[in-house]
Parts: sequence; structure tokens; C-alpha cells
Amino acid sequence: MYWNSFAEFLAMGRHGVYVWGSVVVMALVMIAEPLLVVRGQRTLIARLRRQLRAEKGDTKTADARA
Amino acid sequence: MDRQSINWFQYASPQAFYPLAGRMIPWFWALAALFGLAGLYIGFLVAPTDAQQGEGYRIIFLHVPASWMSMFIYLVMAFWAGLGLAFNFRLSGMMATALAPTGALFAFLSLWTGALWGKPMWGTWWVWDARLTSELILLFLYVGFIALQSAIDDPRRADKAGAILALVGVVNIPIIYFSVQWWNTLHQGSSVSLTKSPAMAAIMLWGMLLCALGCWMYTIAVSLMRCRTIMLERERHSAWVRDALAMEA
Repeated sequence: MYWNSFAEFLAMGRHGVYVWGSVVVMALVMIAEPLLVVRGQRTLIARLRRQLRAEKGDTKTADARA
Repeated sequence: MDRQSINWFQYASPQAFYPLAGRMIPWFWALAALFGLAGLYIGFLVAPTDAQQGEGYRIIFLHVPASWMSMFIYLVMAFWAGLGLAFNFRLSGMMATALAPTGALFAFLSLWTGALWGKPMWGTWWVWDARLTSELILLFLYVGFIALQSAIDDPRRADKAGAILALVGVVNIPIIYFSVQWWNTLHQGSSVSLTKSPAMAAIMLWGMLLCALGCWMYTIAVSLMRCRTIMLERERHSAWVRDALAMEA
């Protein structure tokens, strides 16, 4: 371990703002991106299922009419 | 065509690739976490300070992997786009489309971490230096690719138009890579020889390589996830998507 104390680790030799500014933004982006992809996939699957059910409903009513 | 002759390309079809990708994604997430945490551990807790740059140099463990990925993803994206253009494989265009947003994000992160590194070291967030400017153009190429594809309703035509843009833009990659050699720039040259002591350079290099591997695994995981969504969307009228939707209920 290189650091003597946690405060020293946070200070990053007066470069703390720059180092942690990089770390936080990169972490946020790399957490947000997969979450957005998962949300997009869930929304799409829900939409496709709705359409599928609607189509099935249509064929049933069409069969009933026939 | 008989079954045996097309067997080699079975995973090139979306219905075969969709479940395969689904099984691979958790493994790539695990590898991304493993390599990423190991790299950050070495970079932020083990590696000593840099003789010239102090602790600010630790941005290298984020900046270099992000920059490498932004260039590498572009090459992979252009490769898939070109393959799709030449052979009309359905999957190629989807892969290219799936990679673009991740590439754009890494290009942004490269510029962001670069600005935060430039301020304490050069005294400025930004200069119109060859390396920085060509990386900014890379971000614009990604954004242009995404915008062009989303402006065209027919996915096949969107793939073709995007592929041409992606292939023309490949010229920018060697410009970025060699810019520090070709022009006299403010941006430093090779990242690997930051310090004179070989022992220090070795530990820093390991941290950087592990972080880069982590970013690589992350890219594969997230772009496979996005690719699966694109597959479902584009092939929504086919039987295999109906089966997949019924099965994953």
C-alpha cells in the first residue's frame, strides 16, 4: 500500500479535484450506460409482447367471426 | 443449400447469436469487474507517485484505457460495417450500430479525463493540439454515425449509409495515433515510459493494461447487450423473436 492515510489518498497531492473528477465521471458513465441499455431492452420486450398479444387477440376475434 | 455447408456461419444468424450472446454477457461482466478492480487497485493503491507529475498522473489509469478503447472500438465498428456492406450479413450492421454509442462515450471520457489531466499539468483544459483535435473529430464521427443511422428508417439502408461514413472516418485513427510523432504537440508521447525507473514503469504499465482489459470486457458486455436489443427490434416479425419473447416470460 502506497498511502499513509485516507486523507492523503483523497488529497492526491493537491490534484484531488482532477483525479477524482475523472474517476467519478468515468464511473457514472460506465454505470449509467448498461442501466440505460437494460431499461431500453425491457421497454422493447414489453412493447413487443403487447403487440404480440394484440395480434393474437385479433386472430382470435377473426376466427370467431369466420 | 445443405445444412453442413452453412454450419460455419451458424452464429452469424441473429436467432443463433441471440441466446449465445445472452449466455456470454455475464462472463464478460465478471471479467470486466475483475480486471477493472485489479487495475484500479494497482493504479490507485499500489503504484508510487510519478517523479515529474506527482499524484495527478494517476488519471493515466483512466485516460489511456478510455482513449485506446475509443480508437479500437471505431476500428471494430468500421470492420463490422464494412463486412456488412460487402457481404450483407444481417448481424454485421447490428454489431456496428451496437458499438457506436459505447465508442462515443469512451471518446467523451478520453477528452474529459484529458482535460482534467491537462489543467494541472499544462495549465489549460484544452488546446487545439493535433492529438486533442483529432480525438474530438473522432467523437464527432461517432455522433455523426449515430445521427445518420437514426435519421434513416429502413435499417438496411441505415447500415449502408453508416458503413460508408464509418469507413471514410477510419482515416482519422492513424492520424490520432501518430499525431504525437507527426506534429510537434503539447500532448506527451508514449505513455509507457513515463518514469525513468523501470520497476516503477512496470507496475504502472500493469495497472494501465489491467484497466484497459477491464474496459475491453466492459465494451464487449455492453455492446452485446445493446446488440441483443437491436436484434429483437429489427427481427420482431420473425418466428424466432416470437419464440424468444414467449420463452423469456
